[in-house]
Amino acid sequence: MDSMPLTEQQIERYSRQIILQQVGGEGQQRLLSSRVLIAGAGGLGSPAAMYLAAAGVGTIGIADGDKVDRTNLQRQVIHFTRDVSRPKVDSAKEKIQAINPGVNVITHNVRLNAANAGDIVSDYDFVIDGTDNFAAKFLINDACYFQKVPFSHAGILRFEGQLMTVLPGTTCYRCVFRTPPPAGAVPSCSQAGVLGTLAAVIGSLQATEAIKYLLGIGELLTDTLLTYDALAVNFRKVRLKRNPHCILCGRQPQITILADEPQKECNSGCKTC
Amino acid sequence: MKVTINGKPDDIGEGLNVDGLLAEQEVKMPEMVSVELNGDILRRSQFHSAVIKEGDQIEFIYFMGGGSGLNAINRATD
Repeated sequence: MDSMPLTEQQIERYSRQIILQQVGGEGQQRLLSSRVLIAGAGGLGSPAAMYLAAAGVGTIGIADGDKVDRTNLQRQVIHFTRDVSRPKVDSAKEKIQAINPGVNVITHNVRLNAANAGDIVSDYDFVIDGTDNFAAKFLINDACYFQKVPFSHAGILRFEGQLMTVLPGTTCYRCVFRTPPPAGAVPSCSQAGVLGTLAAVIGSLQATEAIKYLLGIGELLTDTLLTYDALAVNFRKVRLKRNPHCILCGRQPQITILADEPQKECNSGCKTC
Repeated sequence: MKVTINGKPDDIGEGLNVDGLLAEQEVKMPEMVSVELNGDILRRSQFHSAVIKEGDQIEFIYFMGGGSGLNAINRATD
């Protein structure tokens, strides 16, 4: 690896993880030369971006086309009260650089779609899916599949969360969920809800998966869905297998180019709540 | 008939297909659930054809929205 030697300041800043046998100076240099995309600077993306920045992932991309809304503040901790109405990518970039000025932040102030997602994800070593709608989750899965970019899928709802890591060749999101749920099944925004700490737990686990992948250490949540039930205080691993009937990565794929899933609007008519 | 559902032992009726099991378990929005039977994700058509047997391991895997949570689905079971 042709990365720069660590400076004294860097050795001091990252000392608590450099001391870990599985990280070391070499691992830290690897993180510093790595690129991670945070797709969605929301509840999941906030802790993921903050911890990856603190850990010294050298380049962090933030893709989000939304502005900060007051209702975001309960769980999207990278955005502060004074950021309401600002583009989320600007708010997130400012906090990441305050946490760690050594991180290069690339902002993508766009909503990911079939026309831009492939180019954007192909520029990164790992993608954190922190998006808030099913169309985007399928899009990221498909874009990462076509571009052969590893990613972490996650979802949260009420007091529960789930995540899985997808590498080229492992069980993909479409192996489990073929297509987005029918429009009528998605209730109005006000009916659902989520505890803010769920985003913290699951988003931090996504960041952990990214770091492990970048360092090549431990076991990843590949072919595995980890579910977390906060009320029961229960973590469970559900073992998954590649689905031979998967319409993306199965034996007879029906999806051969990146396309947008129709965006299912909720009953209130908003697109991403 | 003894089976395991989402990691927990359960006692269900004999001869149920997956649709029947979803109904018996009072899963109110089955269209929001993927079902894994003994490690294999089932196709929707198998919800009718696959019959649950003694000792089967069943996982209900729920669609969960994401980062925002507010656009997520309304899970109506437990």
